Amino acid sequence: MVLFLIFCPIVAAAVIMLGAPARKTALAASFLTFAVALFLFASLDHGNADFQHVTSFSISPEWRLSFTTGVDGLSVIMVLLASIVTLAAVWFVGSIERYENAFYACLLFISGGAIGAFASIDLFFFYAFHELALIPTFLLIGIWGSENRVAAAWKITIYLAIGSFILLLGLILLYQSFPLPSRSFDIRVLRTAAGMGQIAPDAQRHVYLLLLIGFGILISLFPFHTWAPEAYAAAPAPAAMLHSGVLKKFGLYGLLRLAVPMLPEGAHHWANLLIVLLLGNIIYVGLVTIAQKRLDWMLGYSSVMHMGYIFLGIASFGVLGVTGAVVLMFAHGLSIALLFGIAGELRRRTGTLDFYELGGLARVMPFAGLAFGFGVFAAIGLPGFANFAGEIMIFFGAFRNGWEIGQFHIFQIATVLALWGVVLSTVYMLRAYRTTFMGSIREQWQTLADLSPALRIPVMLLVVALLCVGFLPQFFVRGVAPIFETLTSAKSDTQTCSPGTTRHLQTVGLSRENAPHGQGYSIR
Amino acid sequence: MITAPLLEIAVLVLGMLILMIEAFAGKIDKRVLAFAAITGLAIVLLASFFLVPSSSPANVTGFWSFYAADRLAIFFKQFALLTTILVLIMMIDYAPVVSSSFVGFKEGRLPSRPEDEPRRLESRRSLVGLGEFVALPLFTCAGLMYLVSAIDFVFIFVALEVVTVSFYVLVSFTRRNPMTLEAGTKYLILSALSTAFLVYGIAWIFGSTGQTNLYRLTASLANAGADSGAALLGVVFVLVALGFKIAAVPFQIWVPDVYQGAPTPVTAYLSVGSKAAGFVVLIRVLQPFMNLPQTERLIFVIALLTLIYGNLAALPQTNLKRLLAYSSIAHAGYLLIGVLCFDVRAVIFYLVAYLLMTLLSFAVLIIVAQQTGEEISDFDGLAKRSPFLAFAMLIGMVSLAGLPFTAGFLGKFYIFYAAVLQRQIALVIVGVITVGCGFYYYLKVIRAMYWQSDSNTDPIPVNGLSRVAISALIVATICLGIYPQPILDALKH
Repeated sequence: MVLFLIFCPIVAAAVIMLGAPARKTALAASFLTFAVALFLFASLDHGNADFQHVTSFSISPEWRLSFTTGVDGLSVIMVLLASIVTLAAVWFVGSIERYENAFYACLLFISGGAIGAFASIDLFFFYAFHELALIPTFLLIGIWGSENRVAAAWKITIYLAIGSFILLLGLILLYQSFPLPSRSFDIRVLRTAAGMGQIAPDAQRHVYLLLLIGFGILISLFPFHTWAPEAYAAAPAPAAMLHSGVLKKFGLYGLLRLAVPMLPEGAHHWANLLIVLLLGNIIYVGLVTIAQKRLDWMLGYSSVMHMGYIFLGIASFGVLGVTGAVVLMFAHGLSIALLFGIAGELRRRTGTLDFYELGGLARVMPFAGLAFGFGVFAAIGLPGFANFAGEIMIFFGAFRNGWEIGQFHIFQIATVLALWGVVLSTVYMLRAYRTTFMGSIREQWQTLADLSPALRIPVMLLVVALLCVGFLPQFFVRGVAPIFETLTSAKSDTQTCSPGTTRHLQTVGLSRENAPHGQGYSIR
Repeated sequence: MITAPLLEIAVLVLGMLILMIEAFAGKIDKRVLAFAAITGLAIVLLASFFLVPSSSPANVTGFWSFYAADRLAIFFKQFALLTTILVLIMMIDYAPVVSSSFVGFKEGRLPSRPEDEPRRLESRRSLVGLGEFVALPLFTCAGLMYLVSAIDFVFIFVALEVVTVSFYVLVSFTRRNPMTLEAGTKYLILSALSTAFLVYGIAWIFGSTGQTNLYRLTASLANAGADSGAALLGVVFVLVALGFKIAAVPFQIWVPDVYQGAPTPVTAYLSVGSKAAGFVVLIRVLQPFMNLPQTERLIFVIALLTLIYGNLAALPQTNLKRLLAYSSIAHAGYLLIGVLCFDVRAVIFYLVAYLLMTLLSFAVLIIVAQQTGEEISDFDGLAKRSPFLAFAMLIGMVSLAGLPFTAGFLGKFYIFYAAVLQRQIALVIVGVITVGCGFYYYLKVIRAMYWQSDSNTDPIPVNGLSRVAISALIVATICLGIYPQPILDALKH
């Protein structure tokens, strides 16, 4: 089933390149992927922290390299996210003037690569599948992009290429830092070995730094974020949806999959650096976002900014914060895809996304206004949307880390500052909503058509998914918490000297009580 | 029972036969000769799989103290045969250009004036000069096969000269073209100079150790009383000569001009065959000296310079052939990292990957260049004109840049793996930055093919044999990128 999920989009892309009717094939393939992913999610045993539906083909026994796929509670969420956003993105493709087949093939290729990366248990294929997206992204922005497409395409490609080679070095070093008998590309084997403390603390620090920079470039961690807004502004809407919604989550997923369980000492050592960088994401990029004068750039920067929250969850290193990060990854993927999709429709109709030229569009496009409003409120983190559930778990989780009654530590300070980020995002999101959809409408926009009924389906899909997870985050928490529960308790054996460890253990203990039930997680 | 030297003899005999037919058979279609050569080489290639590798000779005398038939040698004999077969296939595509240059036309352009028409037809029919053009690569191939087996400096010298002398002729084969002539002269002079260095180096090594056999050299260097200083000086001279062969900085000056001026199949042959043989000899020669820190430092500096120069100089290139020349320097840099870490399998895997992707790019280049030209801008809109060729070039470029699921990525992976294991931090950092540069200049070609559009949308014809060869190269590039085990197994000790 997992193999089908990976290869369905890729095979569909190949078939389209060979001349099958592009839109129909792409829609069918992405719908099939979505249905199977949903079924996979429903049929997964969420209490079990192990990988399920595992299939394996040996590639190189000597290197212990094999093509192994499977999902657990964490990766199934990412696969689900990828399939939903793919379906929406394919649906949002309008008429394409040249190379229509190639456009759909590129989209499906990115999607197949992302699903492959999320569902690979093997380190090598985990890395390799992600790279599949590089050339299609280059072509998508280069051929069908708008305005500054040439510069944007070069920037994103070179940036991501260097980022992924740094990541490759990190992965090689990780592989080599295990003693010879337990060297393997299988993430399960590595995790077990790391749980037994087989990576020297020194090696952990080096590997963690490399992974942080490598993944950080892919995620647009401050100060490596400058490629993102430019690329998303220039990319055609479906490409921006897929890239910011799904592909960027690959780096975060990688950190959760590798760095958090295997490198606790590294995470501890670089925690302060990460906090400073993620505050750069939240505060600095947040302020930059407010200064934007165009909707697409604003959305691009906002997606960079929201990565800061997810990093905060990862940095908090407790089951609560990490689980929150997973929920927020899912939520952010959906909400940013929704916003980019509608922004793309606006650009198609008006030809501009400049705030000064837009205004009052809700009058002629009520459905688009409503949907964009949903996206905006989700992005701000209004209760009821999945983003809220994720953010509140992250804030609680991060605040608890190293908490002592007498004084604030860096985590508490960071959390308080990050909370101000919510205010920043409210400012720019609501301002964007007001200048675009509210106020007086210009003469030339009076005749614009609303979203066609066919286009309302993907919008509904995204909004419904956001609301579902917003009201019932325990669906996700149930599957994710067991994975990190064992990991953080394993960590407490190896690390005893850090300040606030006792408190931290309490955090773990507390969440372990609550996690399997999951009730009231988001409200508490 | 087949023994290894029979293979070289078979190739040499084949070459002479073709020369004889060229000389005496007169009016036959010369393309038949190329097909005959390809078939002959394919049979030799098949036969080579039945060879049993012998263990390393320590105390043998006579011929066998010159000639090793170990795994490495046999593998590279197959490598040389495969390269030659593919180059011959390219030469069939290139034949009209060669012949037209013989009857006095400019290279790369078929005549358009009406009064030239009869001569063009005549040249098409007889394909003047093609016989030598087919026979010479066979001699080169035999030279390469001897070279990878050579374990004695004397034999290395002789085999290297066989290769080089046949390349002198091949490089300047379309001699009416001034560019080619320039390339031929440059190659001749610099190659002769490097040979002089090689002989001088061998003399120093022989003078200080009294040995020319590499295995005995190891033993006598391990001797505490040996004067390693003089031998080291000799190795430096030998490195100069080999640096010329593998296009390492600072001995790379000839590469761009010669690559650009030489007939394209010869360029492909030069960049794959000559380089691979250079690396095999480098590995064999360095084996006795590798544990000396001075050698290591020297290789480190050369690798660093080669990486930086090759990649930076490739950035502004607008001519695809020249771009591939600089890229060949850049790849020599990555290979030198492998040599420095002395990970023989990584180097060999990289060479195999390099063979596939470079020949793939050149094969497409030859076909497209006859229709338009060799500039990157001549590839504008190729995706519309020939999706097949564009896709082949895409795979070639992506693999050269090093994206996963291609052989090029695994090659870089093994090299970087070795470098990280040996903690060559400086090389790794420079390597990552140069990989980034690589993405820029390889993707420039992809950009031309897919982004840009061209007013000319006529389809480009591809003949059957080339189509098969290109498809096979694409499949091999991707398969090795996913399943590298066959190559790794072939090299296991």
